[in-house]
Amino acid sequence: MSKEYETVIGLEVHVELATKTKIFCGCSTAFGGAPNTHTCPVCTGMPGSLPVLNKQVVEYAMAVGLATNCEITRHCKFDRKNYFYPDNPQNYQISQLYLPICRNGHVDIELGRVSVNQKNAGKEAGEIRHKQVRIHEIHMEEDAGKLIHDEWADESLVDYNRSGVPLIEIVSEPDMRSAEEVIAYLETLRQTIQYLGASDCKLQEGSMRADVNLSVREVGSTEFGTRTEMKNLNSFTSITHAIENERERQIDIIESGGKVVQETRRFDDAKGESYAMRSKEDAQDYRYFPDPDLIPVDISDEWIERVKAAQPEFRPAKIERYKEEYGIPDYDIELITQSKRMADIFEESVRLGADAKKVSNWLMVETMRLLKEKNMDADKLVFSPAHLAKLVELVDKKVINNNTAKEVFAQMFEDDTDPVKYVEEHGLKQENDSGAIKEICSAVIEANPKSVEDYKGGKEKAIGFLVGQVMKQAKGKADPGTVNEILKELLS
Amino acid sequence: MADKINEMTAVSLGKEIAAGRVSVKEALDSCFEMIEKREDEINAYITLDKDNAYKRAEDIQKKISSGELSSPVAGVPVAIKDNMCTKGLKTTCASRILGNFVPTYTSTAVENLEKAGAVILGKTNMDEFAMGSTTETSAFGVTKNPRDTSRVPGGSSGGSAAAVAADECIFALGSDTGGSIRQPAGYCGVVGMKPTYGTVSRYGLIAYGSSLDQIGPITKNVEDTAAVLEVISSYDKKDSTSLNRKDTAFTSALKEDVKGLKIGIPSDYFGEGLDPEVAAAVRKAADDLKAAGAEVSEFDLSLVEYAIPAYYTIADAEASSNLERFDGIKYGYRAEEYKDLHDLYKTTRSEGFGEEVKRRIMLGSFVLSSGYYDAYYLKALKVKALIKKAFDEAFSKYDLILGPVAPTTAPELGKSLSDPLKMYLGDIYTISVNLSGLPGICLPCGRDSKGLPIGLQLIGDCFKEDILIRTAYTYERMTR
Repeated sequence: MSKEYETVIGLEVHVELATKTKIFCGCSTAFGGAPNTHTCPVCTGMPGSLPVLNKQVVEYAMAVGLATNCEITRHCKFDRKNYFYPDNPQNYQISQLYLPICRNGHVDIELGRVSVNQKNAGKEAGEIRHKQVRIHEIHMEEDAGKLIHDEWADESLVDYNRSGVPLIEIVSEPDMRSAEEVIAYLETLRQTIQYLGASDCKLQEGSMRADVNLSVREVGSTEFGTRTEMKNLNSFTSITHAIENERERQIDIIESGGKVVQETRRFDDAKGESYAMRSKEDAQDYRYFPDPDLIPVDISDEWIERVKAAQPEFRPAKIERYKEEYGIPDYDIELITQSKRMADIFEESVRLGADAKKVSNWLMVETMRLLKEKNMDADKLVFSPAHLAKLVELVDKKVINNNTAKEVFAQMFEDDTDPVKYVEEHGLKQENDSGAIKEICSAVIEANPKSVEDYKGGKEKAIGFLVGQVMKQAKGKADPGTVNEILKELLS
Repeated sequence: MADKINEMTAVSLGKEIAAGRVSVKEALDSCFEMIEKREDEINAYITLDKDNAYKRAEDIQKKISSGELSSPVAGVPVAIKDNMCTKGLKTTCASRILGNFVPTYTSTAVENLEKAGAVILGKTNMDEFAMGSTTETSAFGVTKNPRDTSRVPGGSSGGSAAAVAADECIFALGSDTGGSIRQPAGYCGVVGMKPTYGTVSRYGLIAYGSSLDQIGPITKNVEDTAAVLEVISSYDKKDSTSLNRKDTAFTSALKEDVKGLKIGIPSDYFGEGLDPEVAAAVRKAADDLKAAGAEVSEFDLSLVEYAIPAYYTIADAEASSNLERFDGIKYGYRAEEYKDLHDLYKTTRSEGFGEEVKRRIMLGSFVLSSGYYDAYYLKALKVKALIKKAFDEAFSKYDLILGPVAPTTAPELGKSLSDPLKMYLGDIYTISVNLSGLPGICLPCGRDSKGLPIGLQLIGDCFKEDILIRTAYTYERMTR
């Protein structure tokens, strides 16, 4: 390859909003459920039914817009996008074309930061660079239902449970130049939106979906090349692969004297390649026009101020503050602030008097382990900061030892059990009577002459076995440190 | 009290039922007897709901007797235009594509009537999807005008108007997108009213032109119109365009008093195309009101000739989108043979819709298509705004506007559809009322030399139904 090429990427990101009910009716947005059970005349497009806007959708869209530095459109409207497809019960989608709720925003992304996972894999942190990605607009719209094709019976079924679930579409300017930038942009959006509680933003489950618009051009050129739009990208990995693959494909076409065709392509994750879905020539005319069933949404200054006032402290600001306030390692901060729920638990537990590093350890070790084991998200954590603070206190005061604390924590993790009550009800209080422990220690020494011999012969590790035996006999209710000390004393 | 129950008005029958002098069953018997007698010829109904009506009558009768129900329409038999959803009762919009459609819910307006104790006799014929002015575009045969069965009843609520005029019901509901209540009321010599946009919920009304559609009463006199409108009006959270009005006690406007009322007559309504006999009858009505104390003067409303193109652009654009849901997938008619999904849509819709509906879908799709949107649809919206402004100016000078409801009396059957453009021009006096969201009422003002009823239209400013009702009531009492 003689020429050097630059990749130009813009993103259309769909985010499912976390409202309890759908955008234009009172049906539940809960995921799952038997087909067509979360439906009504409105979201199944029954004749005569009419949409009524869910105000929470507007608030979430505004919140995301404000968090991404957008202008809020004071008088915004819904438009109908007309196209026939069976998952779309009215054969038009209610969306926004002419007056979307948010416009002209931007997000700041960080490049070069090494994530916790990468660090675990041994990757070194590099120099951190900043970049701004402009947001063209954010609009509100309704999701479609789901088609289920039964190849065996040669028929298609449609489930309208998802029909009418609220979405926002965040359209960026073509400001990104690499997969790394795209991923950083998506991560920033995801964290911001999760912090707002506006969505859980899961790519795999489809609550966040990204379409990639990509073109290439010679380095130095100021004109854009012909772009393609890539769909069906369900993970950051497939987004990265799709971008690399599409860049190569377009360069190959240009190098061999061809022309890139403007088209929509579908990425096949398993094959690692994409194929054309439809070209610009057969692009549909959506015949957009203002939906006469909905009245325009007028947004007042007061409303904007209310939404602004309710905005949380976002992750970048939180990270800076943690560095100054808590004296815990950057690595801990990185991990704790990944979820707002986790950060909230951390801050409140510390405020209640628990030591920051100890709280952080509970979050980073046991919490992360249980989350992984149960395949759960941190925003679904149920235990309260007050209980975590109490647990730390129980260990500090040697009422229980660390192993018992883990058992108590596992229960707290399940149902936010009060650790003090749990310890009492289950008789888990540590044996702190050194006389009683001494007795057990003496008995263990007597019963294990071989280990005693090994220890005295210089095998320091042998004492570990003895400690274990004492703990066993004390049913875990002794402090291992104390046991260690007594044993050493007795054996000296 | 009239000789026959089915000839009574809703309010007087309601009083008889409340007093125990007539039973709900007797009221039904009387209406069904007339239906039996005339329906073969008139064809006002698409579906009759006899069994359910009698079942409901028993229930309603008990509630009336126990004092639980006391509305003016309690126990009164009503006919519903077949574009309003009725749970468990077939609702076809007079279209083959909904020929077998049974709704899972009831429209708010009908629900309001049911709560008040009215008993539904059946669903009335109409132009397919309310597109037409003669009730001849129905997939279920034409309806004939009971006053002269060689003529159309008007449309699109022709079945409702004919059922009222033939005493095949006590009163009826219609819907009005460009005159579909007022014009058939005029042709059939009954009273029909389209209220201010947003007064009656559109929830459950199968949409034609969403920004123009309103449900309203078709009745035997003005008192019934006020009483029925009072019952069906409601603020409905299920309709975003519904208004929260506090002034819907329309029966309190039933007063004989037009003294000092300023009535404007648009001289542009009396130009070319208006039948001289219609013009004379309408001017006579104006003179009568003047004699009763109203101040009557003529003025130029302007823009009248732009109303028709603007109306058909907006209504058809909305219709092209509203009717997309009828695709053979979820409910209604589906073509028997098709090659693939696209062909399923195409064949179902080609076979399911009639000519006039297809014409309007195509016109509507065209004016919304990319490259034409600005030139047609947006321009029509601008014209609509100008027409509203012209009315605003008129209402700064007049309390109400008086004119004909249609250029002629009812045309003969089979003479209108061959020239759609001419048919569209017949809507000239009614459509600007819908474009501006105004209330309008039509009531009889005499007959032409062929004995056909002539309709007088009164147009009010938004929320001024009371003035229209008061004026119509006064005129009706004067000319009775």
